[in-house]
Amino acid sequence: MLAPADAIFTNLQGLEPGSLDAARRRGVWDGTSSLVRRGAEAIIKEVLDSGLRGRGGAGFPTGRKWSFMPKVPAPDRPHYLVVNADESEPGTCKDRDILRFDPHRLLEGILCASAAIGARTAFVYVRGEFYAEAQRLSRALDEAKSAGLLGRNAAGSGWDCEVVIHRGAGAYICGEETALLESLEGKKGQPRCKPPFPAEIGLYGCPTIINNVETLAVVPEILRRGSAWFAGIGKPRNTGTKLFCLSGHVNRPRNVEEEMGLPLRELIEKHAGGVRGGWDNLLAVIPGGSSVPLLPREVCETVSMDFDSLQAVGSGLGTAGVIVMDRSTDLIAAIARLSRFYMNESCGQCTPCREGTGWLWRTLCRMVEGRAEVAEIDTLLEVTKQIEGHTICALGDAAAWPVQGLIRHFRPLLVERIESYRRKAQAGA
Amino acid sequence: MTGESPSAWHPQGAPPDFRFTAENETLARGIVGRYPAGRSASALLPLLDLAQRQNGRWLSPAALAYVADFLGLSPLKVREVASFYTMFNLEPVGRYEVQVCRTTPCCLCGAEDLWKTCRAKLNVEEDGGTTRDGLFSLKEVECLGACVNAPVVQINDLYYENLTPETLNTLLDTLAATGPALPKPER
Repeated sequence: MLAPADAIFTNLQGLEPGSLDAARRRGVWDGTSSLVRRGAEAIIKEVLDSGLRGRGGAGFPTGRKWSFMPKVPAPDRPHYLVVNADESEPGTCKDRDILRFDPHRLLEGILCASAAIGARTAFVYVRGEFYAEAQRLSRALDEAKSAGLLGRNAAGSGWDCEVVIHRGAGAYICGEETALLESLEGKKGQPRCKPPFPAEIGLYGCPTIINNVETLAVVPEILRRGSAWFAGIGKPRNTGTKLFCLSGHVNRPRNVEEEMGLPLRELIEKHAGGVRGGWDNLLAVIPGGSSVPLLPREVCETVSMDFDSLQAVGSGLGTAGVIVMDRSTDLIAAIARLSRFYMNESCGQCTPCREGTGWLWRTLCRMVEGRAEVAEIDTLLEVTKQIEGHTICALGDAAAWPVQGLIRHFRPLLVERIESYRRKAQAGA
Repeated sequence: MTGESPSAWHPQGAPPDFRFTAENETLARGIVGRYPAGRSASALLPLLDLAQRQNGRWLSPAALAYVADFLGLSPLKVREVASFYTMFNLEPVGRYEVQVCRTTPCCLCGAEDLWKTCRAKLNVEEDGGTTRDGLFSLKEVECLGACVNAPVVQINDLYYENLTPETLNTLLDTLAATGPALPKPER
């Protein structure tokens, strides 16, 4: 359980204003100049030592990512920082609450990170639907610029940092970092082949780092309180505090900040008022946003909420969007709807994903009714394997995993649905 | 988008001409100025958004051509980009775009009931569409990213959260009665 003194996002519920004055009272923009003046190498080392792993889903160590940037920018190739605020993973809504309730925490993080990677321009790519959120961020940016906290000699640190807010226009795929770059360049959001990685060739062909909102927002506190403090929260390799989005069939759905590695059951019972109808009414949980395989109740009893623990049970922490489903849920329909999501959001570039996602949706639609053959369950599984790992970006994997999770843990449910349909059809014939 | 195009948008059955108002032209130049020299294509999404707002929430062929010309891009490229993103409407829409999130987290919390409520009230096709009076367009959208406040509906720029069929019904009544100003969501 996270000690109140260790919480970073002290305005997560939006009880206080997001204004500069209020943010300062919460400790944001406190001594930022001295943090930036430590210099790139020291900032990167502190973040490395803290064990911070990216909060956007992949969990890549942030300090390591930053260390891939060239140490000195070439004169004709400026460095860029791009903030991924294209939050669109079903089950996830944490970055939204940072943008609207604590935007200055993000802006301060942008300044620290820009100094670490040698970027004098940062673009914040906000999902298009977050219109009100982009407005709030924009107001905060105006406040920060007026107060001399961003722009030339930002916060008196000697470092220049311009921040530009860029709204997307509705495309889940733009949350994939290279699709985001394409979109920011005014193109369709179709992922690029990697390598080269953005740290080499990113925005406008220049070295670029793309970080998630939550990742950047915790950086100033790591620098202020020290890497040892952050690394002391959570578990080895899974350190720090984390925002969890608790949605679905819980009594009090909400976002909450907790220590990494908290047991899932404790998270749901302490912070979301428990599963609707009690713990025994739980059917399954998707622990990390729609892209990770679901967990049946037996696993939910004991699993901890961190990257490694969830990976060990065949799922993942992803974005920490915890979708809770009770026994009233038609699990086949719930996963089928996710397949429809991936079908609608596939960018169409790679054949396995473009064709496969539609195939998954259509087959699962029949399986919701039971209008299928039992042997088709294995065909379905085979199709997910044909998609997984055979596409440029991770959307293909993300489309495959929820279906694989359903088959892995609930095959009898699929079989029963198919047989029941057949029994009814025969009785009617 | 199914449903009839509201006649008000096409007085002569032909798309109207388009150019930015003086105010929007200034805004547009400011937007282009945010990006590095020679990278004005980056302003494409923001300018399409600006044009769509000026043009009654949709991008007519004339509006697309104008933005292409404004940025010195080929009309084909602009159309290609505009058709990729779900927030750009390439056909006329109602004054209120009622966008119901129907992805799993909202579905778990009653999104299907909201969809049925809208369909019954607005009397549009099974997959949505625009009402005959051109006031409402009903659309299914994917996850709006407000899952802890499910179910969620976005109407034009604003999110309405924790809805029930009753509160949504009241909201639609209010919109039909009060005209263009959207009631402020709770938070």
